[in-house]
Amino acid sequence: MQIRPILSALRHHRLATLLIALEIALACAVLCNACFLIAVRVSAMAIHSGVDETALAQIKLDCDDCNASDLNARVLSGLGKLPGVQSVSVINAVPFGDHAGTAGITLDAAGQHSGGVVDFYAAGPGSFQALGLQLLAGPLPKQDDFRAITNFLPADASVWVTRALADHLWPDANPLGKEFWMDKFHFRVAGVLEHLARPGGGEGGPLTREWSVYVPTQPGAQLSGNYLLRAEPAQLQQVLRDAPAALAKIAPDAVFDKMASRSIGALRDGYFQADRAMAGILIGVIAALLLVTALGIVGLASFWVAQRRRQIGIRRAIGATRGDILRYFQIENFLIVTFGIVLGMLLAYALNLLLMMQYELPRLPLYYLPVGALILWVLGQLAVLGPALRAAAVPPVVATRSV
Amino acid sequence: MFAYYLDLALRSLKRNKVLTALMVLAIAVGIGASMTTLTVMHLLSGDPLPGRSGQIFFPQLNPDASRPHAKEPSAVMDYHSAVDLWSARRADRQALIVDSMIKVVAPDATLPPLRLDMLSTTVDFFPMFEVPFRYGSSWSADDDAKHSRVAVISDDLNDKLFGGVDSVGRTLRLGGSDVRIVGVLKPWRPVPLFYEAWGAYTKPQDVMTPFSTGLEINDGHFQQYNCWHIPDTPGHLQDAPCSWVTLWVQLDDAAKAGAYQRFVADYAAQQKSTGRFTSTVTRLRNLMRWLDYIGVVPSDVRLQMWLAFAFLAICLFNTVGLLLAKFLRRAGELGVRRALGATRGAVFAQCLVEAGLIGLLGGVGGWLLTLAGLWLVGRQPTDYADLIRLDLPMFLTTFALAIATSLLAGLLPAVRASRVVPALQLKVL
Repeated sequence: MQIRPILSALRHHRLATLLIALEIALACAVLCNACFLIAVRVSAMAIHSGVDETALAQIKLDCDDCNASDLNARVLSGLGKLPGVQSVSVINAVPFGDHAGTAGITLDAAGQHSGGVVDFYAAGPGSFQALGLQLLAGPLPKQDDFRAITNFLPADASVWVTRALADHLWPDANPLGKEFWMDKFHFRVAGVLEHLARPGGGEGGPLTREWSVYVPTQPGAQLSGNYLLRAEPAQLQQVLRDAPAALAKIAPDAVFDKMASRSIGALRDGYFQADRAMAGILIGVIAALLLVTALGIVGLASFWVAQRRRQIGIRRAIGATRGDILRYFQIENFLIVTFGIVLGMLLAYALNLLLMMQYELPRLPLYYLPVGALILWVLGQLAVLGPALRAAAVPPVVATRSV
Repeated sequence: MFAYYLDLALRSLKRNKVLTALMVLAIAVGIGASMTTLTVMHLLSGDPLPGRSGQIFFPQLNPDASRPHAKEPSAVMDYHSAVDLWSARRADRQALIVDSMIKVVAPDATLPPLRLDMLSTTVDFFPMFEVPFRYGSSWSADDDAKHSRVAVISDDLNDKLFGGVDSVGRTLRLGGSDVRIVGVLKPWRPVPLFYEAWGAYTKPQDVMTPFSTGLEINDGHFQQYNCWHIPDTPGHLQDAPCSWVTLWVQLDDAAKAGAYQRFVADYAAQQKSTGRFTSTVTRLRNLMRWLDYIGVVPSDVRLQMWLAFAFLAICLFNTVGLLLAKFLRRAGELGVRRALGATRGAVFAQCLVEAGLIGLLGGVGGWLLTLAGLWLVGRQPTDYADLIRLDLPMFLTTFALAIATSLLAGLLPAVRASRVVPALQLKVL
């Protein structure tokens, strides 16, 4: 099949060809970037929290007038008696919950050399095992590592940092034994954790998502009211259903925070709700986009087939097979789509630059372009198939008739 | 003439129903997507104080001693700066704002205790932001000075605690203190909730107390926006190196705004000379500029709007192609009309009427799709879900946009159709 007659036929329909190519170019640009946006969201949602999400829940109580130590003691023993509960410990925050210990750290006592903004998990005895944290280096926290809190955190403490944070602070050194400061508070790294996501998103984007510090802390006046509950995964929902009634007896003077007192899985779902909705919208847009583009191709191809009925008849009469006619329209479509895709790739790149400026997105990986092109080629061929088959069915006798 | 063109357009649309349906569908989907996102954008980026927002200003300075080279001042102030500026009374009106969580119990109601966000502010807050009252009124400047145990509650809370009756004079227990209700608001829902420095779409607080009273009854439970050193007593921030108090002022004309800007700059310079500040950067933005600066509209909403308009552009190209096909297919008919004396202009007008009619039909479909889209947006768990609706301007915009889009799409095909050479077409017949 020769391409040249097709090209010269297209030259007669420059405007229509250009329009459909522009439509495909725009579709290609939006398609590539929308797919990329989905991928960015999905990868953010796939974050490893580092804790046993299926077994854990947060229980939050607000009690301004309570004696904090007394409240802690009552809740720990009271909730621990519920059937299915494996352990209860005191903690200031949990992954995907409200953040509680966000602060900037420095690598020197004078506060000159900033280490970035991290999240501190001030957590009571038993919480390390309850969270199910994976140790990469160093020992487990011992009994005397749990120091009393002064104001915000213990004034001087051994802490466990995530690998992500250790790599950021001391890229080429063994982090064990290293020191850092937060205002006057002094910390020494006792161990390294494989994963532990901070409660909310990191201020510096996805790279800072795991800048967490586990600080063994003795519960007291500044650490009370927020609890980590570990239960048999199968019984966790039942425990959460039983908890409010039990707490009403254990701590009648406290206000139970229903929104915050959920399983880590539920908190995670809530945390990513907007991202999921956005990914859904993007998928919807992509589907509608492909549909509209396909309909445009079908409409124009049908028009061209109807317009060229006589010519098709003549070609058939002088010896062209049905396959020749079919291929003619398929190749024609392929050429138009290819033209659109070439334009579309440039446009996709430009759109990505715009998004990068507006939304702190990374650069569009190059492999999105050929994938987008392939999708549009397939779409074009599928869309043109119907009209092309109709063209192939035109009988040669049409040539002998006038309109 | 128009009626005749309309008749021709209807006939033409009926002749090829599939092609017509395709075009109407493309426009409807494009309009539906664009108008859904545009409506959300319109709701979220609106002016919360129409007609007055130009006189409401947000003074900022940089009390954070750890950021001497900051380009932008901090969003809110430390206690001393805020109270100094407020008590100078250099603006026409001025209000201090801080909020904190507190336990709320109505002594004579049998409801379990609530934990609510309490707004503590000064008396100018109510006239400055035109807060409407159902019962009673705001507290007085005297109450601010005397730390009176009084409160204003929202319509919602009044319904919940007192069944909607006039509760002025009744008592509410906030934390450990009893306060007397002096006013109940009418439903009040500024969008966005502009007076919160970080821009939100939540409802206003249900309980409001005088600034001085709030600091006393909820002492120890205030949250900082930012601290540059750890406060000595968490939750008690009056002397802490923390920013946590918001100040809003009303300045009735540009001269006053200029004078106030100088006043704030002088204050910062003076504080730097005493060594309390390390930076003299200040700002005085009016309300809408401030909302624009903090980017109050969620970035996802803006992204969705751009996406929808890119989609509309694709639908537009699609419609241009289909209209071109449709008009040129009727070249014979148009040739006859031209041969019988119709001018180019007449053919052009006829084609545009047909395109406009498609736009109108697409507009109806787009309107229905917009309603469906907004229903979906309203079901999302966002702070603004309860606000989502299609108001009259946006309803009219839907049709205007649909018809404008289709006319734009019809322009090129109509020009091409009006250039049909009559003789050539007649020869083929």
